[in-house]
Amino acid sequence: MSTHDHSTLTATRPDFAAIAAWIPPGASVLDLGCGDGSLLRYLQGTRKVQGYGVEISDDNIVACIQNQVNVIQGDLESGLSGFESNAFDYVILSQTLQATRHTEPLMQEMLRVGREGIVSFPNFGYWRNRMDILQGNMPVSEVLPYQWYDTPNVHLCTLIDFETFCHDNKMTILDRRVMTGESEIKLLPNLLGSTAVYRFKRAV
Amino acid sequence: MLPSYELVYETYGTLNSDKSNAVLVCHALSGHHHVAGYYADDPKNVGWWDTMIGPGKPIDTEKFFVIGLNNLGGCHGSTGPISINPATGKPYGASFPVVTVEDWVESQARLADMLGIDQFAAVLGGSLGGMQALQWSLAYPERVRHVLAIASAPRLTAQNIAFNDVARNAILTDPDFYGGDYYEHGVVPTRGLRLARMLGHITYLSNDAMADKFGRGLRSDKYSYSYDIDFEIESYLRYQGDKFAAYFDANSYLLMTKALDYFDPAREYNDDLNKAFAAARANFLVLSFTTDWRFAPERSRAIVKALLHNHLKVSYAEITSTHGHDSFLMQHTHYHNVIRAYFGNIASEFTA
Repeated sequence: MSTHDHSTLTATRPDFAAIAAWIPPGASVLDLGCGDGSLLRYLQGTRKVQGYGVEISDDNIVACIQNQVNVIQGDLESGLSGFESNAFDYVILSQTLQATRHTEPLMQEMLRVGREGIVSFPNFGYWRNRMDILQGNMPVSEVLPYQWYDTPNVHLCTLIDFETFCHDNKMTILDRRVMTGESEIKLLPNLLGSTAVYRFKRAV
Repeated sequence: MLPSYELVYETYGTLNSDKSNAVLVCHALSGHHHVAGYYADDPKNVGWWDTMIGPGKPIDTEKFFVIGLNNLGGCHGSTGPISINPATGKPYGASFPVVTVEDWVESQARLADMLGIDQFAAVLGGSLGGMQALQWSLAYPERVRHVLAIASAPRLTAQNIAFNDVARNAILTDPDFYGGDYYEHGVVPTRGLRLARMLGHITYLSNDAMADKFGRGLRSDKYSYSYDIDFEIESYLRYQGDKFAAYFDANSYLLMTKALDYFDPAREYNDDLNKAFAAARANFLVLSFTTDWRFAPERSRAIVKALLHNHLKVSYAEITSTHGHDSFLMQHTHYHNVIRAYFGNIASEFTA
């Protein structure tokens, strides 16, 4: 894969670069809801990871194979029983958390199968979303592209919600990157950041 | 022990200069070497996997050199129970040894030696053929780069063995079986073979596929209140049984089902499939079909789990299909797209 491809990818998916920055070369990675395999292909190219994706859609299975990414067809909602405990260094859930129904058990499964988990999701607390609500509409944006009636997103949350969730479920947050587009947001992230990426592990 | 044996095989496409584009197709219970295409003098005899293999098809014979063979013990030209034992001048019959998946793979490796192929780009098969492909990765890890196990299993379940045993009993108890030496009596245990195939056929289809195709449809518009054929499904099964019994050898059928039952690479590792696959080096594509209850998706997932344990490259697709176990032989757009994509990657690894 050429570097040109990589820069195009990181422009459309700024969370990719943030995720890659946390992953050491040669790590083993499981990407849940891996779509067409873009992230894994990016991590294989930039981090030489040993990666596998899990994906439910038939079309994405073919796309992953075309992207030369290992993919296991399966439904995240029925858990990760096909994977052994502590089998991976990192288990990633990239822009999928908000669309999972059994979010809490899935997060627990991530930390059974992996040493650390990485999650990225759209921040519902982003000021534009708040403005939309204030004006009386459900937010629709580049990060939240769906109308209320056709959205797959059933579990949207804010940064504060997610951090409370991790605390309540005995998960330790190791790192956080908040972004709007490609810019990193350090000031008032729950208000000014449109996307968040977290790295976490089991609390000891 | 056989003093010698012959294997009949067909090839499609051209072996490239460094012999890196060879693909071996392993057949299932009733398959053979005629995998694709047809013969100039017999245009109706189309290969059993012609939808999958050929010029421009998912396994593209313009890029790959594809080999199909008839396994040892078969009845399509390779040495089998029906062949003449040179020591006696009579068919082997009951004296033909039981052969295993391991034996087949060893004989296939000898065929590869003869053709000068050190390493296959891929070995693949469905069902019992998938077991041979898996065995290749264990017996000759350096001789195969990609293994495709389709609608297969790491070993049969008790239920699956039970079906095979009923099929075998149908043959073994046929008065025309003569302990396997029916050839010299000038008869064939047609009734047993026919029943075996009828039973097998039921298990290769799904409940839904049968319901869709036949339902409770009647041959005529009213019940006959006799034991003649009433329902379409009866007519279909009997026809399939008759057709099969007319060309397949009963001893070969017995032998093939036994090879299925015996295959169990985990057995010598305390039933630990993870340990069995520790020797493997190939990349894998494992496919199953949602309505296949004879080689159910969970059997394929067990293979995947063992491959993951050994950090082997593997992709797994569960193909939505209504046709049960037979799905692997059918034309199916998504299934064929998966195979096409995978073979596209394999083709990118070598130069024509």
